[in-house]
Amino acid sequence: MELEKVKYTYKDFSSDQEVKWCPGCGDYAILNAVQKAMPEMPVKKEDFVFISGIGCSSRFPYYMNTYGFHSIHGRGLAIATGTKLANPNLSVWQITGDGDALAIGGNHFIHAVRRNVDLNVILFNNEIYGLTKGQFSPTTKLGMKTKTSPEGQIQNPFNPGELVMGAKGRFFARVMDKKPKHMKQIFIEAEKFKGTSVVEALTNCVIFNDKIHDQFTHKTNQQNMLFVEHGKPMLFGSEKQYGLMLHGFKLIKVELGVNHVTIDDILVHDAHVEETGLGIMLVNAGMNDGLPRVFGVIRAVQEDTFEVRMQAQVDSVRENTKYNNLDDLFASGETWEIK
Amino acid sequence: MSSDTITSTEVEEVVIKFAGDSGDGMQLTGTQFSGTSALLGNDLATFPDYPAEIRAPQGTVSGVSGFQVHIGGTDIQTPGDYADVLVAMNPAALKANIKWIKASKTIIVDADSFTKKDLEKAECDHNPLIGDTLDAYKVIKAPITTLTKEALKGLGLDAKTMARSKNMFTLGMVYWMFSRPLDYTEKFLEQKFGKKLPLVAQANIKALKAGRNYASTIEAIPNQIKITGTQTLEKGTYRNVMGNQATAWGILAASAKSGRDVFLGSYPITPATEILQEVAKHKHFGAKAFQAEDEIAGIASTIGASFAGSLPVTTTSGPGLALKGEALGLAVMTELPLLVVNVQRGGPSTGLPTKTEQSDLMQALYGRNGESPVAVIAASSPADCFDYSFHASKIALEHMTPVILLTDGYLGNGSAPWKIKKMDELPEIVPPLVGAGAENWKPYARNEKLVREWAIPGTKGLEHRIGGLEKDSESGNVSHVPENHQKMTEVRAAKVAKIADYLPELQVEGDKEGDLLVIGWGGTKGSLLSAVRDMKEEGKSIGLAHFNYINPLQRNVKDILGKYKKIIVAELNLGQFANYLRINFPEFEYKQYNKVQGLPFTVIELKDEFNKVLNQN
Repeated sequence: MELEKVKYTYKDFSSDQEVKWCPGCGDYAILNAVQKAMPEMPVKKEDFVFISGIGCSSRFPYYMNTYGFHSIHGRGLAIATGTKLANPNLSVWQITGDGDALAIGGNHFIHAVRRNVDLNVILFNNEIYGLTKGQFSPTTKLGMKTKTSPEGQIQNPFNPGELVMGAKGRFFARVMDKKPKHMKQIFIEAEKFKGTSVVEALTNCVIFNDKIHDQFTHKTNQQNMLFVEHGKPMLFGSEKQYGLMLHGFKLIKVELGVNHVTIDDILVHDAHVEETGLGIMLVNAGMNDGLPRVFGVIRAVQEDTFEVRMQAQVDSVRENTKYNNLDDLFASGETWEIK
Repeated sequence: MSSDTITSTEVEEVVIKFAGDSGDGMQLTGTQFSGTSALLGNDLATFPDYPAEIRAPQGTVSGVSGFQVHIGGTDIQTPGDYADVLVAMNPAALKANIKWIKASKTIIVDADSFTKKDLEKAECDHNPLIGDTLDAYKVIKAPITTLTKEALKGLGLDAKTMARSKNMFTLGMVYWMFSRPLDYTEKFLEQKFGKKLPLVAQANIKALKAGRNYASTIEAIPNQIKITGTQTLEKGTYRNVMGNQATAWGILAASAKSGRDVFLGSYPITPATEILQEVAKHKHFGAKAFQAEDEIAGIASTIGASFAGSLPVTTTSGPGLALKGEALGLAVMTELPLLVVNVQRGGPSTGLPTKTEQSDLMQALYGRNGESPVAVIAASSPADCFDYSFHASKIALEHMTPVILLTDGYLGNGSAPWKIKKMDELPEIVPPLVGAGAENWKPYARNEKLVREWAIPGTKGLEHRIGGLEKDSESGNVSHVPENHQKMTEVRAAKVAKIADYLPELQVEGDKEGDLLVIGWGGTKGSLLSAVRDMKEEGKSIGLAHFNYINPLQRNVKDILGKYKKIIVAELNLGQFANYLRINFPEFEYKQYNKVQGLPFTVIELKDEFNKVLNQN
């Protein structure tokens, strides 16, 4: 039977609900990029499911004309896991934020990543609690003054990418609200990847944390953003004049043509390498080290997903079972007759 | 089998307690005795009583593991109050159980385990085997360890391995006393060890026979005991089940009847873990057992699977139910099916993990934020865990609601004969699924049961959003309209209340009207029924209304309550069901009998209490 081929446009994925984010919020760009990416994915509209937790970003499913579930704080990933395991044919997207995924949902996040169910996670990172009006989050920078840290935040922040690497996640990418075309492309790659794909989306909270990512996302700061692609040299800057090199155990920024540096000296990105060492350096780059922030697919290392392994066990048990049906099971073991 | 020259005594029922150190294999000994007795056609009930620690300090009272079995030729409802035979493998086991044996009855001890060191570990200030401490009992002081080693000499085993078979030696002795054959246990040992450890199988079988022969030689008791009586079990084919196993099987049966695969998302917790383990064994029936990272992920993943169209189940005990509270509210709000099995244990907090209690009733009914009604059902025997997990699943699926099934440690770990259910005897389960092509379908429109339809992801044209925010009463879109919230709050309550239309009537055992109505719920049924039956035989005017359906209550409850002069509610908590009845039927007066010792009721204490109430003016 020929599969029914339907051409969708992004409008097919917009619901009739009014989008209620603040004007100027970075989340609009992410919503748009997702809706534009979806027609290019080989998935039927009814097979998309968007599942979120609580927070500004978690309103996302209401704006999608797909199956959606706006759940409870921090648990979206656990819910999405159940949905995907119940029906592996679905394309399950988990929408979460820095508070939802890394504070209240931190445990689910690391376990989802190590478990590697084929889920697509978009982690909206604005480094602040927006919906509760401006408290620090697990990604808020040290020293940052917020409503609950009036003298400055005194905890070291999480870096989502580093958590993913630490939990041996299979796919990690970073995007920003200011580059919608790049975002769209990365979402398509995340969908294509079989396993838990985590996409960290740097997004601007215009009300409580405005311009927090500008150093790495504003168009005037090209020297601070590196877009990696598998198999390509790590070049950046307005003229692609800068590159990354490995110096001992450290990444360093170099300029082509300066100190005899040539293109051959520049690191070539390998997203498929099992070891996480370089990946950890790449996700941490830009943390007060003079390096650019890295965007794009930083890690994509294929391995059997949880559900593939689960199905293999089901098949093997089916083949070897002595019970054809429940009546067989109930009557197994020692039985006796009362006459 | 027993020699024909020995005369035998006939009894209708007997209670045996096997007790030893938690490493002595008493659970195995007890289950073997039960299995053999069941095959002989006896009715029975068992109760394992083991410490929370896997290996509590050896030889101490806290490390004692016990297994009580009540067998009879007649109807057996409980594992029995007091033992007729106590097997005590060390001083700690004797010390912990001496108050649970009937006067003048038999105690078998391993005399080798009463050294100074053993007595010190058990904190005994003198050796109970010396002097008159045990004069009230018939004590068989058998050097079990020595005799076991002697019997196994020549097999080439070390002393420690040989000593491990002493439980089989003891079992052999008890088999002789009750004229039971050895073949069931021999077969078991061969199957368990035969292929991989043939020597261990051989040693255990040898020890079993040696124990039987020893008891026969010393004539451990003057007369072998024969269990007689009129069989009261219904005709049919039986097997033994443990409560947790029966719960798992009821769920599997509901899956087959509804055509919805089981998704069981859980986190291990005593005493509920066996349900997760049992379901994990049956992947070939389409059951997905998912061991989550915590209790919350257990229920959350289950809710996700419910959204996707599974028969969604999560299993836990009291502390886990507390953690699941918020997610349960989400299932209430989204009106998705969900079965939560709570195998209750002593609380609060970590409480008594391996002991039984009925103190999570209020948590089940009300333990969530907001007006958050769920159906609550309770099983009342190891065997009916099957029926109630099946029916709880049916209600969850057909009424699109969370259902909490309350069992307890006593039911979950207890075992009893189960008349094997045939799948074609069970009713169909028809969830309100809606298929592609449904026109003008609205996510929160309701059918005659006040139930919304279930459109599962993957169904073309029915894309919709659900969530924890209040829903518009038809479209399911987010709504903050005041009147809509009132309407939705009321309809969620009415939907659960309406389940009562689909429940059978509450049945009364004993007198249908009269002086005293005993009320119980859940796992105490066996003890209550035994007490009420005894008292009825003694000529008292007494009836028992035992509840399995807690929320909603059955339609005829009020009629029943009105037919007795006095009502007493007996439960293993401080009066939670009594208070619930007071809320629902304030016109009646309820007396209470409450026990919170981590132990089931004894029939004796119940009868004392009920007689007291009957004699009061």
